[in-house]
Amino acid sequence: MSGPILEQAPVADRARALEAALRRRHLVPEGFVEDFTRLMEQDWAPENGARVVARAWVDPGYRDLLLKDGTSACAQFGYVGPQGEYIVALENTPTLQNVIVCTLCSCTAWPVLGLPPDWYKSFEYRARVVRESRSVLREMGLDLPPEVDIRVWDTTAETRYMVLPFRPAGTEGWDEAKLASIVTKDVLIGIARPDPAAGGTGGGLRGGGY
Amino acid sequence: MDGIHDLGGVQGFGKVAHKANSVAYRPVFHEPWEHLAYSLLFLGADTLKVFNVDELRHAIERLDPRQYFASPYYDRIVAGTASLYVEKGVLSHAELEALAGGRFALARPQGLGRPARETRPPFEVGDRVRVAGAFVPGHTRMPGYVRGKHGTILHRTGVKWPFPDAAGHGRPAALEPTYHVEFKGSDLWGETAEAASVVVDLWEGYLDKA
Repeated sequence: MSGPILEQAPVADRARALEAALRRRHLVPEGFVEDFTRLMEQDWAPENGARVVARAWVDPGYRDLLLKDGTSACAQFGYVGPQGEYIVALENTPTLQNVIVCTLCSCTAWPVLGLPPDWYKSFEYRARVVRESRSVLREMGLDLPPEVDIRVWDTTAETRYMVLPFRPAGTEGWDEAKLASIVTKDVLIGIARPDPAAGGTGGGLRGGGY
Repeated sequence: MDGIHDLGGVQGFGKVAHKANSVAYRPVFHEPWEHLAYSLLFLGADTLKVFNVDELRHAIERLDPRQYFASPYYDRIVAGTASLYVEKGVLSHAELEALAGGRFALARPQGLGRPARETRPPFEVGDRVRVAGAFVPGHTRMPGYVRGKHGTILHRTGVKWPFPDAAGHGRPAALEPTYHVEFKGSDLWGETAEAASVVVDLWEGYLDKA
């Protein structure tokens, strides 16, 4: 990793330089960066998608809407915005696992999944999951039995996907908040299934917002 | 373009560095400059409207391949965004390098792109289609692994978007729906396929009736 092509100022300095150049032309409105960063860090979150899934699990009418018009279903919670203009929910069954990727870049349904995680943007995931799908899932901890088909969705246009997992056994009688607590970011992307044993723990890593 | 970014199915990569549900996704950003990447991108694309997101994707595709692979994700966003501000005449390269205190590598030059095809009758759900065998020198959202392949339409979007092969070059772009086209795994990867199918979201102009 050497040679003139890669010799550059550190990226932190280049990012600050870009910001400074725009600011001295008065092109950055007051509070713009702060407001946009708040959206990215706080408002767009996988907990939003989890609430959508939990509602779909308890409300058949909402589930039907989610599968027919995901954008409207998410908008009922106020989950709208960039990279969420055309949301399609992908329904898992006990014999079908949907998995989302963006092989060309990093497209993700920001308002309901949050910004894409590092591994989703990795060259390894982008290159391999469309081809070595079952192996990649197994390596990441989802060892699907052979009777479960995998359908991979490559986010190559403007549709933004979220996975609607099937409600696992052992969650009977749970309220929406407890149901939502087992729907993690990885579940919404499709590389994990909801784990009832994790329900309602509210602490540890899950409290950190998968 | 058959660029380095078109990673779907490329072999030789190792394991994805992630175990499902093993990490919290907060904090969202890991370095104090990372929030600037998307913020300054959306400033240019949404607020100032000096470029669009297709152009941003193409600017990243135009990075030297060695830079693309050696740069972390948000570094590529910074490099692509800065390239467009310079190409559009908003900022100068020299000023960015002066502010950064060193070299600031930008994207390689772009070509003209291509217009959308003449409007044809839309495809319907269930139609068999073939992805056009197009070899596009500029921006395109047709991943190479489906070129010339046959698939089945699962969905036609209810919204139309600018044809990216034109929009990605900043030229007027006709609006087209996109189609969720399902390809059998074995049609893409032969007997080694591990997914039952891969669904790719393709602009109408990429498709012909099979």
